[in-house]
Amino acid sequence: MGELKLMKGNEALAEAAIRAGADAYFGYPITPQSEVIEYLMSEKPEERTGMVVLQAESEVASINMLYGAGGTGKKVMTSSSSPGISLMQEGLSYIAGAEIPCVVANVVRGGPGLGDIQPAQSDYFQAVKGGGHGDYRLIVLAPSSVQEMSDFVPLSFDLAFKYRTPVMIISDGLIGQMMEKVELFDQMDRLTDEEVIEKYPWATNGKPVGKERRILTSLDLDPHKLEKHNHHLQAKYREIEEKEVLSETLHCDDAEYIMVAYGSSARIAQKTIQLAREEGIKVGLIRPITLWPYPKKEIEKYVQKGIKGFLSVEMSMGQMVEDIRLVVEGRTKVEHFGRVGGVIHSPEEVLEALKQKLIGG
Amino acid sequence: MTEEIIIAGFGGQGVLSMGKILAYSGIMQDQEVSWMPSYGPEMRGGTANVTVIVSDERISSPTLTRYDTAIILNQQSMDKFEETVKPGGILLYDPNGITHHPTRKDISIYKIEGAKLAASMGNTKIFNMVVLGAYIKVKPIVKLDNVIKGLKKSLPFRYHKLIPLNTEAITMGMENVDQIN
Repeated sequence: MGELKLMKGNEALAEAAIRAGADAYFGYPITPQSEVIEYLMSEKPEERTGMVVLQAESEVASINMLYGAGGTGKKVMTSSSSPGISLMQEGLSYIAGAEIPCVVANVVRGGPGLGDIQPAQSDYFQAVKGGGHGDYRLIVLAPSSVQEMSDFVPLSFDLAFKYRTPVMIISDGLIGQMMEKVELFDQMDRLTDEEVIEKYPWATNGKPVGKERRILTSLDLDPHKLEKHNHHLQAKYREIEEKEVLSETLHCDDAEYIMVAYGSSARIAQKTIQLAREEGIKVGLIRPITLWPYPKKEIEKYVQKGIKGFLSVEMSMGQMVEDIRLVVEGRTKVEHFGRVGGVIHSPEEVLEALKQKLIGG
Repeated sequence: MTEEIIIAGFGGQGVLSMGKILAYSGIMQDQEVSWMPSYGPEMRGGTANVTVIVSDERISSPTLTRYDTAIILNQQSMDKFEETVKPGGILLYDPNGITHHPTRKDISIYKIEGAKLAASMGNTKIFNMVVLGAYIKVKPIVKLDNVIKGLKKSLPFRYHKLIPLNTEAITMGMENVDQIN
């Protein structure tokens, strides 16, 4: 068993970056995720593993440092919160286009605009539909516990390198700021420069004599070549959709109604299940762990089983609900409930919404 | 066993660290724990509260509206949280600075003179440990041994010399809590 600690979600994410053998973290402080860089700075990872931690001058600088450092085949990561992630969108589009692996954590806060510093889930569209320009996708993982804030870091690096694509870990102020028990995984080795050269033949880490120059770019002025590149990206995305979907179902076996919720809302929904079942209401939960690729098959399975309705529970005005509706295609009721602007819905409010919107109270 | 607790008072009273030590104590006896502060642009003298859950099972929502136990350390918190205790639950409070005492009949109400006792021990900073002692006496969900282990885990090493004083404060709290209804 690994080391047990009581940690904030943000601290667990930072510790996991060191333990996953990350080579560098570039970031700029913003509430509610400043603990990430604070923790990294206080841990002196340059002494522990040789990892570089640098406070950039802005979020735009951070994401472009990821572009450059990631292009050399190094394991690189940044984190920010909503307004900062918006600033990174141009860079993310370039990184996706140039197929550079990296991990970006978004600890979401209330929006739009500068918003506030409380928890929200209103960056769903930005994360899963592409907040930057062009036809690209991010793999998006949504931890719903401090343990998952830790575990999803090595998982994200694995996916990023397997598919040469940026991966986003999306949480919020609730998951980031709360403390829970976390079992830390053992320290993984950082790759040596030789291992990186050996392992990643695409990386731009110096042109070997007699070999072709490697170019990482998202620019191609030849439309036919760029179209071909887009088809290549899409083929990769189809493979990810086929192989990398993650979700969890709770109490769905005998459920008449199903809530769909991710991250902190999934935690609240679990309490709602308990309250509902005390009243004899058979409700279950599908928790998407990857928001993209979306667990369409899991939802389809319960549509086929004749579920009476789905309630999307998210701290937004109704974003993920659209993805549920795309699967359901009108075959059963799909409703949305969520508080916004940093207000966290209570388990009781969710139960009330379930009764009002689905059961017909 | 699942115990859902709100600890509420002023910033600077040690509300958050008391919750943290309680959560660590739960870990020391292999339980699941969560610690969720009300965070915001708050400062010393403002209100501070933290929801702590200790359970034998996986914890669902880390934020709640109703609690098994409320530990209340100022009047604003009394006004806000007295009503949130589940029927049959516990309200533990320090009467220092309380002008409207709790009135509910369907819960057990206990008081601890935390501020006075800490002052009598010559260190007002251990106030929160006196209150924690009172709590674990009233609701022994965590063993004293595990609280001390929890203290060791949550205090930086340079403060470990203060553990005997903190232990004394916890014992003081355990010995001086009174049920008032």
